[in-house]
Amino acid sequence: MTSHPRADQVTGAGQAIPFWRDERVLRVAAQVVSAVLVVGFLYWGISNFLKAADQRGLSLGFSFLKQSAGFPIGEYVVPYDPSQSFLYAFLVGILNTLKVAVIGILLATIFGLFIGLARLSSNWLVNHIALAYIEAHRNIPLLVLLLLWYRGVFTTRLPSVANSVTWPGPIYLNQRGVTMVWPRLNPNGTPFLVSVIVAILAALIVYKILEYIQVTRGRSTYFGLVALVILLAVPALGWFLAGGDPIYWDVPIQKRFNFVGGISLTPEFAALLIGLVTYTAAFIAEVVRAGIQAVSRGQVEAALAVGLSYRQILRLVVLPQALRVIIPPLISQYLNLTKNSSLAFFIGYPELFAVGRIMTNQAGRAVPVIAMVMATYLSMSLFTSLILNVYNRRIQFVEK
Amino acid sequence: MTTTEEIRPPEPPGPITWIKQNLVNSWFNGILTVISLVVVYYVVVGSIRWAFVSADWSPVTENLLLYLIGQYPRGEVWRIGLSLTMVSILFGFSWGLWRGIMQAFSLTLIVSFLVLAVLPATPTAFPLSMRLFALANPGLILISYLISRRWKIPARVMISAWLISLTASIILLRGLGRSELIPPVEVNLWGGLVVTFLLAVGGITISFPIGVLLALGRRSSLPVVSIFSTFFIETIRGVPLITILFMGSLIVPLFLPSEMRVDRLIRALVGMIIFSAAYMAENVRGGLQAIPEGQVEAAQAIGLSKFHTTLLIVLPQALRLVIPTIVGQFISLFKDTTLASGVAVLELLQIARSILQSNPEYLGQQFEVYLFVAAIFWIFSYSMSTTSRKIEVSLGVGER
Repeated sequence: MTSHPRADQVTGAGQAIPFWRDERVLRVAAQVVSAVLVVGFLYWGISNFLKAADQRGLSLGFSFLKQSAGFPIGEYVVPYDPSQSFLYAFLVGILNTLKVAVIGILLATIFGLFIGLARLSSNWLVNHIALAYIEAHRNIPLLVLLLLWYRGVFTTRLPSVANSVTWPGPIYLNQRGVTMVWPRLNPNGTPFLVSVIVAILAALIVYKILEYIQVTRGRSTYFGLVALVILLAVPALGWFLAGGDPIYWDVPIQKRFNFVGGISLTPEFAALLIGLVTYTAAFIAEVVRAGIQAVSRGQVEAALAVGLSYRQILRLVVLPQALRVIIPPLISQYLNLTKNSSLAFFIGYPELFAVGRIMTNQAGRAVPVIAMVMATYLSMSLFTSLILNVYNRRIQFVEK
Repeated sequence: MTTTEEIRPPEPPGPITWIKQNLVNSWFNGILTVISLVVVYYVVVGSIRWAFVSADWSPVTENLLLYLIGQYPRGEVWRIGLSLTMVSILFGFSWGLWRGIMQAFSLTLIVSFLVLAVLPATPTAFPLSMRLFALANPGLILISYLISRRWKIPARVMISAWLISLTASIILLRGLGRSELIPPVEVNLWGGLVVTFLLAVGGITISFPIGVLLALGRRSSLPVVSIFSTFFIETIRGVPLITILFMGSLIVPLFLPSEMRVDRLIRALVGMIIFSAAYMAENVRGGLQAIPEGQVEAAQAIGLSKFHTTLLIVLPQALRLVIPTIVGQFISLFKDTTLASGVAVLELLQIARSILQSNPEYLGQQFEVYLFVAAIFWIFSYSMSTTSRKIEVSLGVGER
């Protein structure tokens, strides 16, 4: 009879596992080693830094933020002058970043959607023009594109104010930037503005409620039509309440050296906006195309087979599925645009990073300022990924 | 009696059918076609007329060599040539051995050399000998490719040849102290396209192992390791590259002991590596997540340790999956090298900017210069992305 090894011999329960092969010990050891390495490296760097800081009289504190900034900022959303504090100047930088980011995101979405749809066109020529646009923009560095617009077009190719290029609108282009006509609210126009906001909100709510009733009760509620009526009727009421002319067009008037009236964009802002929008639009176009192509043809055919109209297919079948693919990469493109706006530093638009750079020179405190700049960008990114995570969880829930 | 009809593949459409199907298949598409044709005509004719008649390319043609190699001593240019020759031969051999991505790189290199050979320039700015050199290199690549198709070279030999020749190139470019043949060349004198490539290739190769470690660290079950890795990755990915480069140039010297002086180029390279490592980690993690759990379980079943499971089973499969993504990352890192001009590294864009500043006569030609820089980046990125995409499709890289 052959003797089989006993169970405890096989598992080695008889003898103790040496500690260097015991996984529990190894796990703790690995973590301690990595912690020691990281902390040791940081300690080495920080002690070097403190030594250098001591020798050169560098200060690490944030107390300088209350001092007067003493440098001008080219353009601002909130009133600013050099006597205000560093902290306030930093805030002006953040607001300038947000300004270019918000406008840029809006325009890039519209433009990107347009090119993405052109890319899907059955017309060979349209399709290939869109492709050429996308390939031309995706394969060059954004910084070169920005310099091309700012140095190549705005500061060297555009005429002086007196010889402005005039586009219908009127929109004037010259070395001082872009000046265009802009709608403004009359003093008595407030009721109209309120009515527009109310109309949009009311139309959305009524649309959702009536749609819900139609879906659950199976009774026609004409939700689209009702919402449209609200959207038109309420502002019309506001229009009459405001006395018939709530808004007027502020038309720029050409003076000898500059324009008066209208809305003006500095060449820095205009070049940055054009660069960011045209560049990001190429990426958004690809996102849109991929999203729509991800909806399989069978879905459309099945919807046709159950008798949905083309509008219903687009609204109820294609868009919900395409949006699920489109929205996550779209949001990260928005974040990219915001982070890329830091390149404005190269063309002199005073956004967050550029203001931070001036602050490091002016206050002589590189470490706290760069830490503040990085923390601000980081919180923007974290906020974006928070939104993304919430969205992803929601669509996963729908998917079961 | 039944007649069997011959089944033929459909005839390829004639030109008129093609136009009917692709350009005027509905009245709407017909109008679109007409509008697009007009736009294309004006854009193409306008661009050609501008490029050949009104544009003044003198800042480019008079300084071509500066864009390529910066201030590298003209008497020592043969060293760059020798390094390029070594790289070309190695690419040819690797193309024959590995195909795939190496084919994409080799084809890109061939295209770039051919473009270089025909670039217009004054004889002093780009001597005939260098043109002939640029023309000879594609031949060299093809010959080495053919040789390696005939005689198989072991992969191990190939990898060591790469490592040796890359080290040799760096030594050749830097020079050795007290050497008569290759006197040292200050890193400050390096510039132009050479530095752009150095930053991109150095950034991607050095960040690769770091990124793999970070990806493994983030997926690790050890909380300390995974928290450190996640913190590093998310922080770096959350801030713009330009802030990291500035941190590298302003703050890192403060954290190093005062006797350690690091060159500007190296500091920028460190910034690129840190930045690229975080993105690399996320790409590799994507590959790691795609490996089915069964692979790990099977490896454990045959008694491999955790270390060996990762090294021999998981990583090779995961890395194979992420090759296309890494090529994409390389292209964007290549474009991002332009940001190093913000910390005064004389890469291609910074050379262009300093050429523009050096001569007041060039002030009006900013558009031409930046367009030239954009075109160089475009040629590399476009040919790299297109060839690698085509090869991916034909070889099924990323699929199993």
